[in-house]
Amino acid sequence: MNPNSKINGPTEVFSPNDDAELSAFLADSYARGIPLRIAGGGTRLDLGALNAQQTLTSRALTGIVTYEPGALTLIARAGTPLEEVEQTLAEEGQALAFEPMDHRGLLGSSGVPTIGGVVAANVSGPRRLQAGACRDHLLGVRFVDGSGRKIKNGGRVMKNVTGLDLSKLMCGSFGTLGVLTEVALKTLPRAERQLTLVFSKVSLQEACTIFASALATPYEVSGAVYHQESAWLRVEGFAQQAAYRADRLKALFRENQIDVIADEESRALWRDFKNVEVFAQSSEPLWRILIKPSEAPALARSLQLLGGDVFIDWGGGLVWYCGSAQSAEVRSAASAGRAVLIRQGARPASDRFPEDAGAISRLSAALRKTFDPAGILNPKLMGD
Amino acid sequence: MSTIAMPKPDARILAEAPQIIAALRDALPAGTVISDPEETRAYECDALTAYRCPPIAVVLPRTTEEVATAMRICQRFSVPVVPRGAGTSLAGGALPTADSVVIATIRLREILEIDTTNRFIRVQTGVTNLSVSAELEAEGFFYAPDPSSQLACTIAGNIAMNSGGAHCLKYGVTTNNLMGVRCVLTDGEIVEVGGPFMDSGGLDILGLLCGSEGQLAIVTEATLRIVPKPEDARPMLIGFDSAETAGECVARIIRSGLIPVAIEYMDDVCLRAIEAFAKTDYPKCAAVLIVEVEGSQGEIAHQIERIREIADELSPVEFRSSRNKDESLAIWKGRKSAFGAMGRLGDYLCLDGTVPVSKLPYTLKRIGELSKHYGLEVANVFHAGDGNMHPLILFNANAPGELERAEAYGADILRLCVDVGGCLTGEHGVGIEKRDLMSKQYSAEDMAIQMDIKDVFDPDWLLNPAKVFPLDVSQPYRDRASRS
Ligand SMILES: Cc1cc2nc3c(=O)[nH]c(=O)nc-3n(C[C@H](O)[C@H](O)[C@H](O)COP(=O)(O)OP(=O)(O)OC[C@H]3O[C@@H](n4cnc5c(N)ncnc54)[C@H](O)[C@@H]3O)c2cc1C
Ligand SMILES: Cc1cc2nc3c(=O)[nH]c(=O)nc-3n(C[C@H](O)[C@H](O)[C@H](O)COP(=O)(O)OP(=O)(O)OC[C@H]3O[C@@H](n4cnc5c(N)ncnc54)[C@H](O)[C@@H]3O)c2cc1C
Repeated sequence: MNPNSKINGPTEVFSPNDDAELSAFLADSYARGIPLRIAGGGTRLDLGALNAQQTLTSRALTGIVTYEPGALTLIARAGTPLEEVEQTLAEEGQALAFEPMDHRGLLGSSGVPTIGGVVAANVSGPRRLQAGACRDHLLGVRFVDGSGRKIKNGGRVMKNVTGLDLSKLMCGSFGTLGVLTEVALKTLPRAERQLTLVFSKVSLQEACTIFASALATPYEVSGAVYHQESAWLRVEGFAQQAAYRADRLKALFRENQIDVIADEESRALWRDFKNVEVFAQSSEPLWRILIKPSEAPALARSLQLLGGDVFIDWGGGLVWYCGSAQSAEVRSAASAGRAVLIRQGARPASDRFPEDAGAISRLSAALRKTFDPAGILNPKLMGD
Repeated sequence: MSTIAMPKPDARILAEAPQIIAALRDALPAGTVISDPEETRAYECDALTAYRCPPIAVVLPRTTEEVATAMRICQRFSVPVVPRGAGTSLAGGALPTADSVVIATIRLREILEIDTTNRFIRVQTGVTNLSVSAELEAEGFFYAPDPSSQLACTIAGNIAMNSGGAHCLKYGVTTNNLMGVRCVLTDGEIVEVGGPFMDSGGLDILGLLCGSEGQLAIVTEATLRIVPKPEDARPMLIGFDSAETAGECVARIIRSGLIPVAIEYMDDVCLRAIEAFAKTDYPKCAAVLIVEVEGSQGEIAHQIERIREIADELSPVEFRSSRNKDESLAIWKGRKSAFGAMGRLGDYLCLDGTVPVSKLPYTLKRIGELSKHYGLEVANVFHAGDGNMHPLILFNANAPGELERAEAYGADILRLCVDVGGCLTGEHGVGIEKRDLMSKQYSAEDMAIQMDIKDVFDPDWLLNPAKVFPLDVSQPYRDRASRS
């Protein structure tokens, strides 16, 4: 093991330089039963309640391994900064279509978001409703599991049904199943033009009706958000295509007062939406609630009764709730959906993830045990 | 004789067959269980017809609860279960063994809910792929994954194989369009996974189930994402005098920022077969691409123009874009009849290895060289936009040794796909066909963790136990399961 990979700090930090070092380290931690906090960008993850003596980071596992714009594929080591990935793609007119958010504003953190962290958290922004989530763009992974086994799954090609799909399982497992060392992602062309239709003075109920009609059109609406009596719809494409799509939608909603925002201004707006900037200034607990879009208005009403504010993304399918209500109250209001606590605020620690129903909870626990037999990877982050 | 081995049937189970059949009959409505060899014959193989074996019995439930009942009885007798949809698998995924019971979900045919506001459809999984889109037609929506077998294959099989089709380049494969399932575990427990929301927040068990080839659970209901129909779609046909240039054209189209709905490739062997049997007016050349774009009339015209510019730089022997419905049908006709036309030439083995798009020209060249080496002709027709190849190896099943030779050639092609950075199968699945090649793509540890997962869902190794993993690799797992 490379002695320089150990950095001394408040807790011991270990940054392996390759698969082999990582595997040796995890095999050793497994044998000795040492709980680990798994970090991408490192300093920023507020997993305060996590019972871990050591931190394992991917910060030395950096670099883009392959990027083939003509094949729409990028392979990067897990610790590669997201920004480096996005910049490399932008130089070729491409992007990660799932639009991963940057949590730094919301969490008041200052680390460097990594591509491995994005995959581990299945981070997906407003375009998720049209282009799919991070997991839909993940082609393959390499990781080391909780006993030190080096595993690869999937690959770098767009279509692959060889064996069980562990890439999906790793995506959104928050470091509880293994430590990612490399991820392969599908890239897509960045749209030439982007236009946003702004609806003012609409209720959430009205907005959800607008969203449902807009999303039933062939105009490939790639964003539908709502906040405090305004609703925004985004269309993209080649210049004429985007203009045509915006015109058709304006005609469809001719009863409404609609303003149009274009290109750079529009992109800046969606960057803020993606990062949920509206709640960046607050330090209250922040919840991310996944729900059937048509149930968003009722959910929003009951959350507002608890105090606080909501921001609606994914045409109603994602409700952000920022407010001081008790966890139990939020989970009960959101019982039809799935509520994940993103920011604890000053509240005492509570479970971040909702409890799963019977069989799913049993299967999830058994899967975690299979990947992490000693329970050393982000212990109890997602349940027992 | 064929070359893929299956484990020796368990004598204990064969001896208990009458009791197993009686227990199933007792617990299920009349007509649900068939065991007469005349009747079970229809279930002795799937579309990999070189391999056949009648099961002990076939169960044809009509409800999830009946599936659960059948599963519980099979678990009680420790009988292997082969889940089955329409039996169109090309990989032997639905092939029974002599000591197995087939549970076919083909009679679970109800459309349960259509919700255009939240953009999903909920169905029982015995419905065919095409009928799902037909159901949505009037609402202006469709279900995107479109395997060529869509008239016959069921949503159950699509989920188990994570099937794709020509339109996947834009819309993704089954896993990208699946929101939830209801399924039966091996102990008969009925479980809901996912649902009509856009992520579940916990571990992605749905993603794990999709493409698991009937190894983990029997899927009886599905919630599927539905997509608004495009205003219109139009294909163009581009002919080239070399395979290499056609491959280059594919890469340049994608590089340019266009994502057509489909890019299909056909080589000269395929073109000759089509010419002989389908009476199209395709150009006589080394390779033809069919590229389809969609949108409004203006959007379509614009995209066709961009593609024409890209193609022109590569001096195509022909560029033809459709101007109306009839011309569109004419362009697609040959491609759609390609498999049928190839069938008229004789028996064929259809592979579906996938390679990085940039490796297409090299892979095609090597497949050609191997064709000479094995003395067997090969035709290439495939989804070029995503590198999903479909080499069809032509052989004569009646000539002694030719099937073996074709299988050996096929195995070489699949090894080649892995060597250039691709994979063994892009859409048909591993089944028995590619089972023994898994070690080429995956290390012992890569496979061990997959089998550990099977242990979690199916500790007794009852579901499709002799598939996906090489027999010697899965032996310790199967032995341990049968002892416990
Ligand atoms: C439900 C939820 C809760 C979140 N909570 C916080 C929070 O409290 N504080 C915060 O700063 N950000 C949080 N985020 C934001 C998220 O961590 C970042 O957007 C993104 O992951 C940035 O990457 P990173 O490299 O900084 O990852 P990190 O913030 O370091 O890690 C994110 C998650 O991924 C895991 N992880 C990271 N790298 C790897 C790897 N190589 N292999 C395996 N697992 C890995 C971590 O264990 C952690 O669970 C949360 C996101 C979600 C969706
Ligand atoms: C001419 C032809 C063209 C084809 N074209 C394509 C194509 O373009 N794209 C493509 O992807 N495939 C294609 N296929 C392959 C095949 O049609 C697909 O794999 C299809 O999804 C299988 O569906 P099925 O209902 O026939 O399933 P079956 O063949 O009955 O079963 C397939 C697998 O699913 C499992 N299974 C079945 N039902 C269940 C269930 N209820 N629960 C759990 N597991 C289950 C079986 O055990 C088996 O492993 C083609 C096949 C043919 C014959």
